[in-house]
Amino acid sequence: MALRTLLLATTALTLGANSASAQTEIQWWHAMGGTNGERVDKIATDFNATQTEYKVVPVYKGNYTETMTAAIAAFRAGQQPHLVQVFEVGTATMMAAKGAIYPVEQLMADAGEPFDKSDYLPAVISYYQTPEGELLSMPFNSSTPVMWYNADALEAAGVEPPKTWDDVKTAAKALVDNGMACGLSFGWQSWVMVENFSSWHNLPMGTKENGFAGFDTEFTFNNDQVINRLADIASMGADKQFVYGGRRGDSLPLFTNGECGMWMNSSAYYGSIKSQATFNFGQTMLPLDTDVADAPQNSIIGGATLWALAGHEDEEYKGLAKFLTYMSSADVQAWWHQETGYVPITKAAAELSKSQGFYEANPGTDTAIKQLSLNEPTPNSRGIRFGNFVQVRDVINEEMEALWGGEKTAKEAMDTAVKRGNELLRRFERSVK
Amino acid sequence: MLKRVHFQSSILPYLLVAPQIVITLVFFIWPASQAVYQSFLIEDAFGLSTEFVWFENFEYLFGDELYLDSFLRTLFFSAAVAFMSMSFALILAGFADRVVRGATTYRTLLIWPYAVAPVLAGALWVFMFNPTLGIFPYFLGFLGYDWNHYLNGNQAMLLVIMAAAWKQVAYNFLFYLAAMQAIPRSIIEAGAIDGARPLRRFWTLIFPLVSPTTFFLLVINAVYAFFDTFGIIHAVTQGGPANSTTILVYKVFNDGFVGLDLGGSAAQSVILMFLVIVMTFIQFRYIENKVEY
Repeated sequence: MALRTLLLATTALTLGANSASAQTEIQWWHAMGGTNGERVDKIATDFNATQTEYKVVPVYKGNYTETMTAAIAAFRAGQQPHLVQVFEVGTATMMAAKGAIYPVEQLMADAGEPFDKSDYLPAVISYYQTPEGELLSMPFNSSTPVMWYNADALEAAGVEPPKTWDDVKTAAKALVDNGMACGLSFGWQSWVMVENFSSWHNLPMGTKENGFAGFDTEFTFNNDQVINRLADIASMGADKQFVYGGRRGDSLPLFTNGECGMWMNSSAYYGSIKSQATFNFGQTMLPLDTDVADAPQNSIIGGATLWALAGHEDEEYKGLAKFLTYMSSADVQAWWHQETGYVPITKAAAELSKSQGFYEANPGTDTAIKQLSLNEPTPNSRGIRFGNFVQVRDVINEEMEALWGGEKTAKEAMDTAVKRGNELLRRFERSVK
Repeated sequence: MLKRVHFQSSILPYLLVAPQIVITLVFFIWPASQAVYQSFLIEDAFGLSTEFVWFENFEYLFGDELYLDSFLRTLFFSAAVAFMSMSFALILAGFADRVVRGATTYRTLLIWPYAVAPVLAGALWVFMFNPTLGIFPYFLGFLGYDWNHYLNGNQAMLLVIMAAAWKQVAYNFLFYLAAMQAIPRSIIEAGAIDGARPLRRFWTLIFPLVSPTTFFLLVINAVYAFFDTFGIIHAVTQGGPANSTTILVYKVFNDGFVGLDLGGSAAQSVILMFLVIVMTFIQFRYIENKVEY
């Protein structure tokens, strides 16, 4: 087909540029642009400087979707990189591609590289394990949604940072009454308001352990708890206590301009907020819905992991294993965590950041880690694994937008989202049969 | 038999058309046939598991309400873009036709938007209409109008129509102006002598006389709106909110590249291919021949 041909041609061109050298080269395709891209380059350069046998070559391939599509096209052309960064919603697609991927745990074992899973934060790696517990890909940049708040505005309105959804409503009302343009907004709404709302309250989002136990899973997030919460938020929209600001991080300016007093989104916005906000801000844990649960369970991560692709020489995988060990070392991880706001993937890196005094100097920056490691993850809270999930997220986005726009009720929106989502799951199940 | 006597067969004509044929085969026929083949498959993204399903992808599409919605939306979008860009272009050309001093400057300035890449055109409108940072929502706010195209599908649609039409005005303007200048002055002057005011001259003389151009531009603009507005939509709305700006080409991209549903996406491109064939046929068969005045 036309687009495949196009992809192949592009890939061939890109790869043609790499020439052989004495060192064993390891191609690493990633989706980190801007400052984070420079940090990725630094990790690779630093690793290359520690030894002479291997050379890791990081290549920026566009955003997450583009990077994944490029890697898939490259695989179809037999030109795949050794390592590719894939976002969490691509997990099911990647793991279904048996024969295309090289599970990280197996790779480490085959290469004779020491590797102990218990060093890693459970909430981070549980997302990427098989039901049997084998780690498939190496977590790299992981974050989790938190509640960001405008500390000055909350103080002016005379309210505390919220702990429950009742608090959120009180605070939103107080903020608007005090002259703010909006009380609450959020981004990545499927991730924050459906996926994480479910795990935070220990609710399943779908059958079969959220898809971990098989591709014949079905969505169940049209439950009363999710619907009531969304309906309540929609009703806050009437007098601007809630304002919808678009998908992904599009609503960030609403928060940093001082229009909205509260904003729920990824902890990885720390850097952006720090550089843009002209007020005192803080982050706190996601609010608890006291009608649903007495205590929060744990939140789930977003972000991306590194997948090894099959079809290369053993010698190259040896180098790759060494690089993965280097990358997950406490020093590198603590540095990455403190620079970017992504959570560290190992316990050692979290400890190191603590002993370096990072959390004392930057209060609230450990919120994400606390949320993730609040409890031992349950089948409802260790993550989600649904096929075609990129499209499912779009479906959820669309239906939620219809809710915020007043075209549908919360029940209609979620029922349709589940129905449309299930169709996509069935199509995926067929395609990987 | 006789012919062979008169014409010596030569390899030269074949050689001369060969490059054209080869290019067509490699860059058009082969990818197109691949698309047709792929549209009969259900396949995982990596190509590890493939199932030949005949027309199932097409059946799925035509049973899919969203696809049919997208179809109607595309028709509306194309009609709106064509109407808006052509009527503006016609008005501007009508004025430019009468300009004597500084005509070249005026024309050159009007042609500029055509040189702007679709994505950039989209980016301009994104900045102007950003609900939080944009200048237009700020002014609309004074009038008590709440602009938020992230939420309001109609506003989003209006925005992409404006962006797409704005970019095409320059192109249409060029054609209209050329058509108007090709009208013999004597006809206009005769109208003027008979006492027709400029507006009346425009409607009864100029507008009918440029109708072949209008029909030509109608097809060109429809094709433009159908196929070349991807960049604008991608930059401005990404098809949202709630699919309200997902036109057919955007859906092909979204299902294929983002959703990795290669079979479904290929089936959609085959349908689009069919549409282009129909439109081209209409243009050649009817419009080029039949428009008379």
